[in-house]
Amino acid sequence: MTDNDLTTQLLGTAGEDAGCEETFSRLAEYVEGELSGREMAELLPAVAEHLRNCPACNEDYRGLVELVRVRNS
Amino acid sequence: MNSLLLRVAERTQNAPARRQELDAESRAWLDGLRATGIERARALDRLHDLLLRAARAEAHRRHHLYPEIDGVELDDLCRQAADDAVVAVTAKLDGYRGASRFTTWAYAFAIFEVSVKLRRHAWRGGRIPTSDDDATWDRLAERAGISEARVESAELLRALRHAITEELTARQRQVFVAVALNDVQIDVVADQLSSTRGAIYKVLHDARTKLRRRLERDGHLNQERAR
Repeated sequence: MTDNDLTTQLLGTAGEDAGCEETFSRLAEYVEGELSGREMAELLPAVAEHLRNCPACNEDYRGLVELVRVRNS
Repeated sequence: MNSLLLRVAERTQNAPARRQELDAESRAWLDGLRATGIERARALDRLHDLLLRAARAEAHRRHHLYPEIDGVELDDLCRQAADDAVVAVTAKLDGYRGASRFTTWAYAFAIFEVSVKLRRHAWRGGRIPTSDDDATWDRLAERAGISEARVESAELLRALRHAITEELTARQRQVFVAVALNDVQIDVVADQLSSTRGAIYKVLHDARTKLRRRLERDGHLNQERAR
């Protein structure tokens, strides 16, 4: 693990972070957008930042991606 | 389901009209959930079925994280998650803006509820570390592959440890030590501190910001990373 990895793991990244509530409120839109090929990390950068920094919300995001994928298949 | 219906009824009175053009399926969900009588009861049953399936699918996806939770116990957690998700969805129906399909929006509630319940259930009786003691830092250094030979990395950890003591409030220190240093799940910390995921994350975020600034000021991080 490099110093950068360690710093990121402990201190997170330093961009604007939407927080858990705002991310939750945009999560469905974010996931559907991503699955339809839109660059959601560019459209909603503070949500993307939060998903990098919050393991709990990131795991929920991954679960939603999987559910929507299965539903749409 | 009767007590669930009562909980739902208390939270969905006087719902305003929808704000955005919706696809037909999402519109049907909203119309059903805003109807009265038997039509509404049927919509709530359908919603409960949908969210129970979502909770079970998510619990199955996470099974490798919580292999000790299984069988009836797991199904009971999924049912509780579906119940709570139905209540949350109906209470927040006004917040659905039509930016996604209704079912995607509703799935998120089921996932959130089942994830919180799984984490808290798995942690039952566990002790949340409250101090950044030597064992914590030794484990952290070992995990990061840092030895005394990597002088700069060891320096960084020492500086971080000082900054935690000198810069953080008691609450920030408690949350940072638990979540960042000891990998305790935010939902578990929130439960133990009678708080919410969002509030605990805010404490963690503020702590990280203070620590980054201090480390940058002392020359351990470059300014771009610290900002």
